[in-house]
Amino acid sequence: MSGLPRWAHGAVGLAVMLGVMEAVPRLGLVDRRFLPPASEILATLARELATAELWLALGETMRGWAIGLAIAFCAAVVLGVIIGTVPGLRAATHSTVEFLRPIPSVALIPLATLLFGASLGSTLLLVVYASFWQVLIQVLYGVADVDRVAYDTARSYGLSAWSRVRHLIWPTALPYVMTGLRLAAAVAFILAVTAELVIGGPGLGLSIQVAQSSGAVSTVYALVVLAGLVGIAVNSAVRLLERRVLAWHPSVRSEVPA
Amino acid sequence: MLLVLGWWAVSASGGTFYLPTPGEVAATFAETWFSQRLLDDVLPSLARLLAGYVLATLLGVGLGVPIGLSPRLRATAEPVLEFFRAIPPPILVPLVMLLAGIDNAMKVLVIVSGCVWPILLNTVEGVRALDEVLSDTCRMYGVRGLSRLRRFTLRGASPQIMAGLRQALSIGIILMVISEMFASSSGLGFTIVLFQRQFQIAEMWSGIVLLGLLGFALSVLFRWLERRVLSWYYGRGGERA
Amino acid sequence: MLEVTGLKKVYQAPGRSVEALRDLTFRVDAAELVCVVGPSGCGKTTLLRCVAGLLPATAGTVRVSGEPVKGPPPSMAVVFQEYGRSLFPWMTVWQNVELPLQEKKVPREERRRRVAESLEAVGLAEAASAHPWQLSGGMQQRVAIARAAAYEPKVLLMDEPFAAVDAQTRADLEDLILRLWRDLEVTTLFVTHDIDEAVYLGQRVIVLSSSPTVVMEDLKIDLPPQRDQLTTRSLPRFAELRGHVYAQIQRARGVREAGPAEQEAR
Repeated sequence: MSGLPRWAHGAVGLAVMLGVMEAVPRLGLVDRRFLPPASEILATLARELATAELWLALGETMRGWAIGLAIAFCAAVVLGVIIGTVPGLRAATHSTVEFLRPIPSVALIPLATLLFGASLGSTLLLVVYASFWQVLIQVLYGVADVDRVAYDTARSYGLSAWSRVRHLIWPTALPYVMTGLRLAAAVAFILAVTAELVIGGPGLGLSIQVAQSSGAVSTVYALVVLAGLVGIAVNSAVRLLERRVLAWHPSVRSEVPA
Repeated sequence: MLLVLGWWAVSASGGTFYLPTPGEVAATFAETWFSQRLLDDVLPSLARLLAGYVLATLLGVGLGVPIGLSPRLRATAEPVLEFFRAIPPPILVPLVMLLAGIDNAMKVLVIVSGCVWPILLNTVEGVRALDEVLSDTCRMYGVRGLSRLRRFTLRGASPQIMAGLRQALSIGIILMVISEMFASSSGLGFTIVLFQRQFQIAEMWSGIVLLGLLGFALSVLFRWLERRVLSWYYGRGGERA
Repeated sequence: MLEVTGLKKVYQAPGRSVEALRDLTFRVDAAELVCVVGPSGCGKTTLLRCVAGLLPATAGTVRVSGEPVKGPPPSMAVVFQEYGRSLFPWMTVWQNVELPLQEKKVPREERRRRVAESLEAVGLAEAASAHPWQLSGGMQQRVAIARAAAYEPKVLLMDEPFAAVDAQTRADLEDLILRLWRDLEVTTLFVTHDIDEAVYLGQRVIVLSSSPTVVMEDLKIDLPPQRDQLTTRSLPRFAELRGHVYAQIQRARGVREAGPAEQEAR
């Protein structure tokens, strides 16, 4: 690469994108009623960020995301460890898991609407369902990865079931669990916004829907940009957490050149 | 099997309004979907999904290869791509509706705009990580141009491309349903929401089951395809990501 | 046939530059087999990649039959050290050998004949429909050799091809190379870090200094042309030559330790 550092290239890329988004509506290539110039979108975003409503909506979304993710994570870890360690249970549940997993979570939207209406409950149902599988599958992989010899050793030394889980299974499965958490966090955010958008539970998704139906085009764009930024923040936060938690783990350490 | 038994047990004992027994749903399933609806709602949905998915694949791989091959282009495009990937795809639905109206084109466009990012980013990653020794081998033996693209670049990146395609498939199904729930007069998503609004509970459940079966069938189909395309990769002991 | 004149390669990285090759001049005559040895880290692979036209030289020229090398010349084939990475894992053995011939637009009939013959020559006719990853390391390297042979190059380059195979396989492969070289009368440049191997295979051995690299010695190997693992290696002359090269390489190491600062040019 020519002299420029990496971030400078990235900045150029962003600038080009903004430039194109500015130029296309101004040159009349696309009607600016449908695609406002980038400067207008960013100005709207700045204005929106100064309102309390936006922060309330964002707070609602993040609440749904966090609670849903927490429920799914805990349930999936507990169930995953039980299914993975109790002999025979893995085989018995295999077909059920394989069938339920690829069911698109949006299929549950009508059910959620019926049960909870436009409330946090329906958001939670979708978020929990979607992120549960991400974690469960990874936990099952992780538990299956436990070294047989180590497991038998632990049994022969009379370690209780609880200490086996604590000292053997949990540390082995931890990298998988973190991978599951990372995937689940992204999926949970997508589903939280989707549920609000489609069912109408309060939050960022609802705000977008309202803005769209009231014809506030640049607000729609501003909120979409905001959602993208939040998405990036969620991803980087979980990645950071993953690196923290696994700092001692060989799978992470080996990636860092000496 | 456990699943159906569990469902039956719960619904039979509880007997709630919202949860019909599997028998009821199965009966409703047959009469609801093995009818004109199959032609009017299910097939158009699938056709839109297929069209959007294929377009997204062409676009994602087509753009991903040049970006992956050029370090400078990659550094330039990466933040923009990361941003687009981080946008939850369903909120593109209202946006695309603004731009393209509410017809078929809009629904296909929604699917494309959601599916293209995982394919694009995975293609970039796969092309970037191509083996240098193989690349030198191609140069030495005069493998270049289209032949190099077909026999080396795309094949070498195919494990990552397939991973991207798998992610895109589940996003595509979600978007297919949501775009129809939003603005449509036909399609699976539309019909299921209609049943729900009219409190046709058994029909609604049969729709959910249909979506589940569809998701399951597509994932089985995809796995079969993946095994064929990547047999060399699994044979070599490549990881199943 | 192959002339290297004043070859110099300096790697440029932001803030520093490393001189890998300083000044290399040597030639390989038609149908000659020349081995290049040097201490580890002396830029053998850099040299080979420059000769192959895979890496642009900073100064100096490489000529094949009088033509300067700018990119990989069509009359040249390379066998890389990393056999596991130089074969296409998604192709069968047969397809791997055939691919370069397809690119050269060799007619179908002749293509089949050449692939079959070269697989026969390396003893892998049976494995034609296998995938590379189903074969052992030594067999994979044979496939790479068959691919080079079927290509019928004027110049064959080998970059430490046997560094990663076990000793027994290695001896077999060395004899295979000698046989192919004699049958095809191909000009061969064989890069290795193994002194025994260089003396055993080469008609001449070029000894390199440590980096920044120059030619320390161009040594004629006056052993009988017919070589085999047992008798050739037990000749007193073999031991003498090996000792001589060994001493040269030890000297090269000494030079490096005396002046490590030289490695980084300003």
